[in-house]
Amino acid sequence: MKNFLKYRETWLLAGIAVLIGLISTRFPGFADPANLRQVFNDTSILMILALGQMVVILTRSIDLSMASNLCFTGMVVAMLNAAHPAIPIPLLIVIALLVGLVLGAINGFLVWRLNIPSIVVTLGTLTIYRGATFVVSGGAWVNADQMSPDFINFQRAAFLGLPVLSWIALLVIALFFLAMTRTQIGRSIHAIGVNPTASVYAGIDVGRTKFIVFCISGMIGGLAGYLWISRYVIASVEVANGYELNIIAACVIGGISIAGGIGSVGGAVLGALFLGIISNALPVINISPFWQMAISGSAIILAVVLNARGERRQGRIILRKAEAA
Amino acid sequence: MLDNPHPAHVVHDPPHKGEGKAPRLTLSGISKSFPGVRALYNVSLSLYPGQVTALIGENGAGKSTLVKIMTGIYQPDAGEISIDGQATSLPSAHAAFGHGITAIHQETVLFDDLSVAENIFLGHAPRTRFGTIDWRTMRKNAREVLETMRAGHIDADARLKDLGIANKHLVAVARAMSIDSRIVIMDEPTAALSMKEIEELFLLIEFLKSEGKAVLFISHKFDEIYRIADRYTVFRDGEMVGEGLLKDTGQNEIVRMMVGRNVDHIFPQREPKIGAPVLSVSGLSHPTEFDDIGFELRKGEILGFYGLVGAGRSEVMQAIAGITRTSRGTISLDGQTIAPKSAADAIEAGIVYVPEERGKQGVVIGLPIFQNVSLPSLARTSKSGVLRLAEEFSLARSYTERLDLRASSLSQDVGTLSGGNQQKVVIAKWLATTPKVIILDEPTKGIDIGSKAAVHGFMAELVAQGLSVIMVSSELPEILGMSDRVVVMREGRIAATYDNKGLDAETLVRTAAGIAA
Repeated sequence: MKNFLKYRETWLLAGIAVLIGLISTRFPGFADPANLRQVFNDTSILMILALGQMVVILTRSIDLSMASNLCFTGMVVAMLNAAHPAIPIPLLIVIALLVGLVLGAINGFLVWRLNIPSIVVTLGTLTIYRGATFVVSGGAWVNADQMSPDFINFQRAAFLGLPVLSWIALLVIALFFLAMTRTQIGRSIHAIGVNPTASVYAGIDVGRTKFIVFCISGMIGGLAGYLWISRYVIASVEVANGYELNIIAACVIGGISIAGGIGSVGGAVLGALFLGIISNALPVINISPFWQMAISGSAIILAVVLNARGERRQGRIILRKAEAA
Repeated sequence: MLDNPHPAHVVHDPPHKGEGKAPRLTLSGISKSFPGVRALYNVSLSLYPGQVTALIGENGAGKSTLVKIMTGIYQPDAGEISIDGQATSLPSAHAAFGHGITAIHQETVLFDDLSVAENIFLGHAPRTRFGTIDWRTMRKNAREVLETMRAGHIDADARLKDLGIANKHLVAVARAMSIDSRIVIMDEPTAALSMKEIEELFLLIEFLKSEGKAVLFISHKFDEIYRIADRYTVFRDGEMVGEGLLKDTGQNEIVRMMVGRNVDHIFPQREPKIGAPVLSVSGLSHPTEFDDIGFELRKGEILGFYGLVGAGRSEVMQAIAGITRTSRGTISLDGQTIAPKSAADAIEAGIVYVPEERGKQGVVIGLPIFQNVSLPSLARTSKSGVLRLAEEFSLARSYTERLDLRASSLSQDVGTLSGGNQQKVVIAKWLATTPKVIILDEPTKGIDIGSKAAVHGFMAELVAQGLSVIMVSSELPEILGMSDRVVVMREGRIAATYDNKGLDAETLVRTAAGIAA
C-alpha cells in the first residue's frame, strides 16, 4: 500500500515534470526556478483548500461549501478591514480561521447529529453561505481602495526569498503532514475512511471525527478567504463561484479516492500543482481556454482510471497470497 | 400456466411412479475447495419433481456453497450434475436460469424500485411487434401468475419496496413460475418471517409441489422441515452424511447425523482455575432483539454461547460491548455497575468485543499491521493526541509475536495476509487493550484448521492468565471442546445454561432448536 502510494505520487510528479517540459518547449523561461516559485505561489491557495477537502473526502464525506465559506469569510474580513484598518493582520487571520470554523462546525454538526449525508448538507450550505455573504455585504463590493495597504501587502512580503503566501502554504502542508502521520485524529480519519464499521468496534467515534474534519475544512476555507481576497483585492458575492469543483478536482487528480480511505497530503498538493500549472501556464503559451478545460478534465478521468486500477490490483494481491498459502 | 416465453423449457415430466420416480436434478460426487478450506467433499443430492427436499446441516456444513454450485455461481472442482438424467454443466448463473433453476434467498434478490410486474418479467418481458415492452400484456400475465399462486392480493403495479418480506417472497416465486422454473431452491426463506407469513409460504410451497416443481428447502428449524418437506439430506463438514424420507426418520436421528463426527481437531487440554464472578448481566433487554438476558462470567472461565443463527447472541454481546443500546437490565464488572454508551467506554472499562465479520468489522484493510493492532489503544500509545510510533510498534510486536503471526513486516498491509493471520491481527489488537473480559464472536469461522488450533490454544492461554472469555460459536465441537459452561439461546432468550461436564451435542442442538428430548 505504502509503496503503491509512493508509486502514484511519483507518477504524478513525473506527469508534472513532463507538463513543465512540454510548456518549456513553447515558453523557454517556464522551467526557471524563479518562474516555478511563482507557479507555486499562484497555486498556494488551491493547495491549502485541497488539503482541507482531502481530510473530508478521506472520511467518505465531501464539503461542497468550501468556496462559499471562502467567499463569506473573505467578505467579513474585508469589511472588518475597511471599517477598522487598525486591526493587525495576524488578528484578522485568526478571525478568518474562527469564522471559517463556525461555518465548518455547522456542516459538521448537521452531518454528525442529524445524520444527513454530507453531500446534501454542504449542497445546502453552499447556497446559504453565499446568500449570507449577500446579506452581510448588502450586495456591495469591497474594493482595493477600501482595503488597508497591510491587508493587501501582508501575503506579498518576501521572507527568505519566498512570499508570505508561499510560506503559509508550506506551513499548512507541514501541519497536515504531521497531523495525518503523527496524530491520533489523523489515524482515526484514515481508519474510518477505510473501514467505518471496524472503527466503531475499535472505539473510534465516527460521528465526532466527521465533525472534526468539517471543522478543519471550515477553518481552511476561512483562511483561504482572507488569502484570496487580499490576493485578488476585491470582495464580492461572486468570489470563487464554482471553485469547489476545482478543489475536488485537485484532490481527485492527487489520487484521493472519492470512496474514502485512500489519499495522502503529497497527493493533494501535487494534484493542486498540476491544476495550477495547467491554468496558469497554458494561457501564456496561447492554448485556448477550451483546451485547458479539456486537459484538466482528461487529467481527472485519467487519475480516476489509475486509482481504480490501483484498487483492483490490491484485490489481486490478496487472492494470490491466499492461493499461495 | 401462462404463455411460456421460452418454449424450449417446456416441462417434460417423467412418468410418476410414486417414490420411485426419477430425480429432476442429481448432483453426484461434488467437491469444492477454497484456499485453505474444503467446503464440499464428494457430496450427492437428488431433487424429485413434486417433492420438497430439506437440506439440513450446521453452519459451515457446505449448504450455501452447494446452492451457489446449483445456481451456476461457483464451479465444482469435481463431480457431475445431471438434469432429467442428462449430464450437464452450469457454467454461469445464466446457464442455471436457462435450465429452470431458481433460488429464493433469505433476503430476496429483487429490485426494490421496480413494480411487481417488472420484477416478475425482468429479462423476459413480453414485447410488442415494434420490439418495445408490451406493458399491457406484462401486467395481465403478472396478474395471472399471481392469481394461480393464490396471491391475487398483490397489486402487479405496486413498487416492490412497498411490500413486506413475505409478499416479496411471493413475487420471487411468481418470477420462478413465469420463467417456468422446474427447480426451486429456498435458502432459509422463513428466517425473517412472522408465523402467519410462514403459513402463507407453506401454502405456496404446497402449490409448487402440486405444479410438479422440485423444491430444495434449507432451514434450521425442525418443525418447519417436518411440516413441509418429504425428503432430507444431511450435510456435515462438507460431506453428505445421510438422506432419506422424513416420514421414516425421527428428529433425534437427524440431530445425531448433524453432530456426530470424526475427531479431526484436538482441543487444548486445560485445567480451569475458575475464580469469582467478573461480569454479571441481569435482566438485559432490547426492544426487538432479546429479552431478560442474565448470566455470570467468572474469572478464568470460557463461557460458550450456542444457538441457531439469529438467536440473538451477537446482539447481546454488542450491547455488552457498548455498540448497541439496551432498554433494561444491568451489566456489572467486578461488582461495579457499568453502562457503556460506546465501544470506547466498554474498552475503557475492560470489555472488548471481537466481531464476527472479520473483513467488515475487524481488520482495516489498507492500513499496515501495526496500525491495525494499535487502533483501539491509540489513547494509550499517544500523548496529547500525538502518536508515538515506537510505542505503537513495540505494542504491535509483542502481541503479534505471542500469537505467532506470520508476516514479513509489521508495516505490511493486513490485506495481504491470509484469513487466519488476519484473525490473529484482530485478536492481537483487542488483547493489546489489556481487557478483563474478551468476547469472541465466531472466532474461527472461515479459517483453516491450523489457524483454528492457534486461536484455540491462545484462548486457553488467556484464561490461564486470569482473563475471562465469552465465546459465541455455532460450531458444536468448538463449543464442547473449549467452554467451561455453555449458555444456549433461542429466539432472543436464554433457553438453558449447562455445565460442560458430560454435556453432549444432541442436548445442545435440541435446546437450541426447541425440540423436546
